[in-house]
Amino acid sequence: MAEKIEKTNIESIKVAKHSQLRDIIHRFAKNKAAVLGFVIIVIFVICALFPAQIAGTGYKVQDLKNRYQPSSSEHILGTDELGRDMFTRIVWGSRTSLSIGMLAILMACVLGVTIGTIAGYYGNTVDNILMRIIDVLMAVPNVLLGISIVAALGNSTNVLVLAIGLGSMPAFARVTRSAVIMVRDMEYIEAARATGASDARIMWKYILPNSLAPIIVQVSMGLATSILTISGLSFIGLGVPAPTPEWGSMLSSGRAVIRDYPHIILYPGIAIMLSVFAFNLFGDGLRDALDPRLKS
Amino acid sequence: MATLVEVKNLKKYFKTPRGYLHAVDDISFKIEQGTTLGVVGESGCGKSTLGRTVIRLLDRTSGEIYFEGKDISDVKGAQLKALREDMQMIFQDPFSSLNPRMSVSQLIAEPLLIYKKCANKEELNNQIAKLMDTVGLALRLADDYPHELDGGRRQRIGVARALALSPKFIVCDEPVSALDVSIQAQIINLMQDLQEEHGLTYMFITHDMSVVRHVSDDILVMYLGSMVEFADSEEMFQRQLHPYTQALLAAVPIPIIVANKERILIKGEITSPINLGNECRFAKRCPFVKEKCLHEIPPLLEAVPGHFVACHYVKEINHL
Amino acid sequence: MQDVILEIKDLTIYYETDKETVKAVNGINLIINKGETLGLVGETGAGKTTTALGILRLVPDPPGKIISGEIWYKGENLLTKTEDEMRKIRGHEISMIFQDPMTALNPVLTVGEQISEAILLHQDISKKDAMIKTMEMMELVGIEGIRHSEYPHQFSGGMKQRIVIAIALACDPSLLLADEPTTALDVTIQAQVIDLIQNLKKKMNMSMLLITHDLGVVAEICDKVAIIYGGQIVEFGDLEQIFNHTKHPYTIGLFGSIPNFKKKSHRLKPINGLMPDPANLPDGCTFADRCPNVTEHCRSGMIETIEVEPGHFVKCINLLESGDR
Repeated sequence: MAEKIEKTNIESIKVAKHSQLRDIIHRFAKNKAAVLGFVIIVIFVICALFPAQIAGTGYKVQDLKNRYQPSSSEHILGTDELGRDMFTRIVWGSRTSLSIGMLAILMACVLGVTIGTIAGYYGNTVDNILMRIIDVLMAVPNVLLGISIVAALGNSTNVLVLAIGLGSMPAFARVTRSAVIMVRDMEYIEAARATGASDARIMWKYILPNSLAPIIVQVSMGLATSILTISGLSFIGLGVPAPTPEWGSMLSSGRAVIRDYPHIILYPGIAIMLSVFAFNLFGDGLRDALDPRLKS
Repeated sequence: MATLVEVKNLKKYFKTPRGYLHAVDDISFKIEQGTTLGVVGESGCGKSTLGRTVIRLLDRTSGEIYFEGKDISDVKGAQLKALREDMQMIFQDPFSSLNPRMSVSQLIAEPLLIYKKCANKEELNNQIAKLMDTVGLALRLADDYPHELDGGRRQRIGVARALALSPKFIVCDEPVSALDVSIQAQIINLMQDLQEEHGLTYMFITHDMSVVRHVSDDILVMYLGSMVEFADSEEMFQRQLHPYTQALLAAVPIPIIVANKERILIKGEITSPINLGNECRFAKRCPFVKEKCLHEIPPLLEAVPGHFVACHYVKEINHL
Repeated sequence: MQDVILEIKDLTIYYETDKETVKAVNGINLIINKGETLGLVGETGAGKTTTALGILRLVPDPPGKIISGEIWYKGENLLTKTEDEMRKIRGHEISMIFQDPMTALNPVLTVGEQISEAILLHQDISKKDAMIKTMEMMELVGIEGIRHSEYPHQFSGGMKQRIVIAIALACDPSLLLADEPTTALDVTIQAQVIDLIQNLKKKMNMSMLLITHDLGVVAEICDKVAIIYGGQIVEFGDLEQIFNHTKHPYTIGLFGSIPNFKKKSHRLKPINGLMPDPANLPDGCTFADRCPNVTEHCRSGMIETIEVEPGHFVKCINLLESGDR
């Protein structure tokens, strides 16, 4: 049998990898609403990555003679209370929201998934202790948590990331834990143990890859919530410090003049709404597309 | 022939809110090297738990397990990991026993990677190719995922995975029950061939009487956690001495036209395995039950040379 | 001349998805006479369940579609009936029991309610009378009537299957479709349930289509047998003909795959290869790739069905004298 193996083409093991990814993308593409969400997200991401190319760098440029201007050829979305171009500020604002949001969610994801995996895998006392800590965190409303942390540590991007990250972590922990609990009793986990795999290997190679779907969806949903929270904190003055453009603070500065110059609130409001909407649609679409148990 | 596996008075109880579940209740047997012990019983009899306890996937409650003469009942850590190279398991459900996120080659590679059996990638690929060939899996399937393959092929992956470390002993937990009849036959033939070629010892757990007869050298019948009968397979099929085994065999539908099949219907359903006391486990359903059966657990005794039965009235029932 | 209760002519059912078309059932013909039990034997994917669902017009649509054929029940073509008419037939004239008793019952209703529901759907009687009939049915299947107020989870697998049978028989159907009714049960419970089904069949003078993969069960309760492969009936006959004068290579292969209970054989003779993908059926005979007697004529064109002896039909153009067992 040995000679036969030698002659056998070993490269055939590396033969065309059947793409599960291709199937997922195909399923996702069939969902029009999800694709719409994706497109909107891409637009915002492009704005966040290349704000200068799209809208110039003049988000700080004040023009006090031209305050509260409505849309014109010079200022597509008009100007704000200090004569700054609204369009530029909204485009730069996407960078603020998305970068803080993504960093925060990254932190929440790494921490939350780790806690959730350990809690779900070991169960019993470990699970109890970890989940009670998560419960405490969850009991505090996000915005309130954000307020307390910012009030204690000051207004800066890093603090914001921390605040929002901590606030989003419980959701990741719980979602991961549920997924892990479902997977840990599967026979292939037992089979892995019978093969001599260590707990760490099992958690990393067997449990996590099979629990990804709800986590990925939670990333999208978490981003939506983060954007709202950032805007909310900025609205009450505890978010990103001026003059960094941020949709929430733009909303806040338009409060007083909402009757006379509604566009100050309208455009940032639409931006917030669209981005949250997009992440939610995308997340829902992902959830459906990732479900591999769809039997035809 | 040397005894490879020996089990003495093995018990495995699970604690439940309602009391102790007697999954495995005082089982003793020996398996000679190169042979197959068939373990039969219906659902709830504890055979799967027995298999898992013997290869230490579950911790025993009491009793001893010997492998190659050494007591392995309590080994842990590195010793247990080393033991796993010699004792492997093939699972029943060819779908749920394979990680859906791993390809065929990754699944087979796992044991080799965990035990660092291969010095480099080339050696690893060679080993995988060899194993796939041994179990009859086409190499072009190496990058496929379990859900893309049928039950028979998936089960072959399970067999390849179990063989990867060249174990001496394999517990097969209903390895063909989830497969179609024609595929069952292919896998059974494969397993028998492998046993001959590699000198493997099997513990073959099943509820299918025809299969167990075909593959086993010795047969152990379980009911509600206890051993009710033990004999070599020819003897067991020639005559069954325990009322449960008699009913079990009589219940099996045979693909032969028989004019008036003699049916021994045992009444009722399997009773609860929780908080069992001092009574024969089969007493509540036995057509021959007497007073003694309800107060004393029948010991496993040699009723006829080589044929062990746990029944107080085995001689009377069988006119021995 | 026996009374024919069900006759299926040339039934073809496909599942059409946007990726592929699964040809589940390809022109099958079956006849069940009054009081008879026909065993429909085949492996996974052969099309047995689809056939049964087709009879009751329960094939999920989309993606399933009944492409052609006729299903004659008591002189009427079921495929031409309206949905309302079919609903009156289901559970009343023709009942079906499924394989898995664990999921066939609604966990939030008591078993009594579920049996009564079946009765009330088809008979215009009071709730009280329905409950009396319910308890009668329960006793008939061997369960104490007072347990009608219990929930499914309080019963074991075998008893759940009995309840499923009670529901199916509550309205005295003329035809029972049983899809692997004992596969999920333990051997000793299976024996009880088979016994029950046989007694009830005699008592209620019912006809039955029994779907199974187990030739042992077939030997015990069937009168006639149809072997299905790749969505086609490859062999049909009575028990004696199928078991003792087996003709089709697939059927022979099936018998060769089963470990012989009565004597220990050294090696099983399995059928090589696998059943073809129903989305990709080959031309000609669907069994060609696995057949030990295959010739080039087998791989194209329609394979005719030959009557090798009165009432014994085989779909093979290559019949050798290799069948007698």
